[in-house]
Amino acid sequence: MMAIVMRSFQTAILCLVLVMFAPLSADATKVREVRSPGGITAWLVREPTIPLLSIKFSFVGGGSLDQPGRKGTANLLSGLLDEGAGPYNSLAFQTRMQDLAVRMSFNADRDSFSGSLRTLSTNREAAFELLRLALNEPHFEAEAVARVRRQIITGLIEGQEDPGTIAAKLWFATAFPSHPYGLPGKGSIASAKAITVDDLRVLLGKAMARDRLTIGVVGDISAAELGPLLDKTFGALPASVAIAPVPETMPVGAGGVKVVRKPIPQSQVMFGGPGLKRDDPDWYAAYVLNYVLGGGGFASRLTEEVREKRGLAYSVYSYLYPLDHAAVHMGGVGTQNDRVGEAMTVIKEQFALAGKNGITEAELINAKTYLNGSFPLRLTSSGRIAGLLLAIQRQNLGIDYLDRRADLINAVTMADIRRVAKRLLRPENLLIVVVGQPVGLTSSE
Amino acid sequence: MLRKIIALGFLSLAIAGFQAPAAAALFHPKVHTLANGMQVVVIEDHRAPVVAHMVWYKLGAADEPPGKSGIAHFLEHLMFKGTPKVPSGQFSKIIARNGGRDNAFTSYDYTGYFQNVAKDKLDLVMGMEADRMTNLVLTAKDVDTERAVILEERRSRTDNNPSAQWAEAMSAAQYLAHPYGIPVIGWKHEIEKLSRADALSFYRRYYAPNNAILIVAGDVEARAVFALAEKHFGPLARAATPPRQRAQEPPQRAARRLILKDGRVSQAGWRRSYLAPTRSAGASEHAVPLSLFADMLGGGTTSRFYRELVVKRKLATNAGAYYSSTGLDLGTFTLYATPSPGVGLEAVEAALDETLAVVLKDGLPAADLERSRTGLLAAAVYARDNLFTSPRIFGDALTSGLSVEQVEAWPDEVRAVTMDEVMAAGRAVLKITHSVTGLLLPEAKVGK
Repeated sequence: MMAIVMRSFQTAILCLVLVMFAPLSADATKVREVRSPGGITAWLVREPTIPLLSIKFSFVGGGSLDQPGRKGTANLLSGLLDEGAGPYNSLAFQTRMQDLAVRMSFNADRDSFSGSLRTLSTNREAAFELLRLALNEPHFEAEAVARVRRQIITGLIEGQEDPGTIAAKLWFATAFPSHPYGLPGKGSIASAKAITVDDLRVLLGKAMARDRLTIGVVGDISAAELGPLLDKTFGALPASVAIAPVPETMPVGAGGVKVVRKPIPQSQVMFGGPGLKRDDPDWYAAYVLNYVLGGGGFASRLTEEVREKRGLAYSVYSYLYPLDHAAVHMGGVGTQNDRVGEAMTVIKEQFALAGKNGITEAELINAKTYLNGSFPLRLTSSGRIAGLLLAIQRQNLGIDYLDRRADLINAVTMADIRRVAKRLLRPENLLIVVVGQPVGLTSSE
Repeated sequence: MLRKIIALGFLSLAIAGFQAPAAAALFHPKVHTLANGMQVVVIEDHRAPVVAHMVWYKLGAADEPPGKSGIAHFLEHLMFKGTPKVPSGQFSKIIARNGGRDNAFTSYDYTGYFQNVAKDKLDLVMGMEADRMTNLVLTAKDVDTERAVILEERRSRTDNNPSAQWAEAMSAAQYLAHPYGIPVIGWKHEIEKLSRADALSFYRRYYAPNNAILIVAGDVEARAVFALAEKHFGPLARAATPPRQRAQEPPQRAARRLILKDGRVSQAGWRRSYLAPTRSAGASEHAVPLSLFADMLGGGTTSRFYRELVVKRKLATNAGAYYSSTGLDLGTFTLYATPSPGVGLEAVEAALDETLAVVLKDGLPAADLERSRTGLLAAAVYARDNLFTSPRIFGDALTSGLSVEQVEAWPDEVRAVTMDEVMAAGRAVLKITHSVTGLLLPEAKVGK
């Protein structure tokens, strides 16, 4: 039977974001920088016990490269690279992937265009060849373009009535009114319809260049074997393509409340304000602080106050969301309409309380123990480790980061927490979006 | 293709399907049974210094007393409240303070608890799990607050979501007698009345070592785990756990048809489920062939449904089939489609039925069988890559009437399946009299 109900909840976005700054348990001695004969760099963790290979890679840019009126081009591109390339039409390409049991996927997010490949070791050469073709020689057959476009539009139609999608779209549109971050990556139905094959080709020429490429590899392969495969796969991409800089920005709309009335019994609330960028000197203090506030599940103050003491919600959480050109501190809660005002009062009180007083010594110690102790639990699959190798490189944390991470967390002091709490936890900074029929909370305009 | 769209809504099903590739030949489990009947399964994996520690109870939502739907899941939540040794609300906090992550889950055939921890914490978490198997303490306030939490959980999952209500209605129509027709989380009006006494009576009846399975995967030696299990679970007494007897399905003679119309639906959907055997129930010889049939019919972009409805006729943006061969009682085989913008569900259903009729009459190409076989066997290798996958596969199987040996035999069974067996399974199971067809539709908008 498929229905499984769990005690606690994790949103997809939460998982994604956690991966971005989650720990990798491999000790740094296992991480090796591989430089191919052609000069392409990848980080490798060799794991010989299982006959497979995971590769994750990304190019800076992604959805921020979409042209005005054509939002969603990078997303459409991500759906078309494996729909016919080189000698294979769409069906032949998909059939070849299945015959080889190769898993390949692409994704465009706000700051990057990324890809993932997983293959059995025995099919390694053929898998890399398929990836090379997808990156370098995609067809954009009319049938495939029309089909994937229809799939995207269907998804957008589905999202029109989905409370979480409505809330996220409105939050980002309000917080980033004149910045690419304010637009949903999939675009609108109108923009998805407007994108042409020429748009796709123009973006293909810009989205992937070797000087914006980062690669993480985990599996049953040596550095000497990997190098030539990297050259074959990525070597023909342009060395460098100029892209327009994305302006630095911060979320606006502090103190605002936006209510979207929908006939549902439980209101979906999204709240957030300015956060810290990943290279902020106070990042680790903020990371520890957020764990205590709303990042730590049952160990967090928000879960304790909102769920455990009052039964107001199944799920309440907060997380840091550092983008390349902005930083956000977000949270969410789902609670029955009658009690939305009460839930938000409790949440704001917790922001104010920790903003004023910081956290206790015991909370600081417990947070450090968890954040360092749970570190190895991330090393549970090749794909996850490859993703972390990618994130560490993208955030310029250094190949010795894994050795330094525990010290960085342990160095956080009560004074650091108090300083960053004053900056981060200001209830008056929150922009709140509610979808439902909330009682006790009304739109600020 | 766009995997995100293809997967949407069917993620959990993909996982359910994925549980099939349970290959002990790949996992090499070591097993032991304590004198009190508790089964212990260990999968050694020395890649990282961590362990997944799980206790699975052979007890799920389908074992609930009539009128008490949701009690298995409610009790699962209440198991975190406390014991004389672990104060109320402290269980997860202690795990976190030890650098671990924990959670629990309930399905029709099982209830499971897990802690993922550094290997030197195994002794601690096993002691805590053994403690709460028999020493649970519940206060009236704990019970009242947690009931409010699970009602919010139901609102999040189901009451806010017409698509989930549609799935709930389809299950209810699929099973004429069997409790698989009742939602795991429970009906709202029954959850509201669940009491402390209900929870404790359910707990005392079913939470006992003879009704539980301990599964540990990770950087451990099996013998050391067996010794720890003796230390923590060995002293616990057996209970007179009642046998699992659920109401069984009578012959199904009438095709059922459901229409859910809701103003909150923006995208129409089509689905049909057929009552189907599993490896444990009904004509179980069809189970593994059905896994291959589902994959060929609707498992991905090369499947017959996708090629015919999505690529060729362009009537749907997505179409497929899925089936899980694991389940203590009769399960389901499901077809689904999402219509293209501007296409009615009638046209989609007609094309799907026509495609299905051709397949059932003429069969499928041999190359398709080999492709699906390759995919299923590769999934078994990929399953080894995630430390947390193998304990789930064993837990799911062993609480659903399968043995370790049957799990072990799965890849060999997949290798041995013939096209004749696949087609015989498809023809035996995909009978309209055994089916529920569901249509999800937007409310017609006046003046538009």
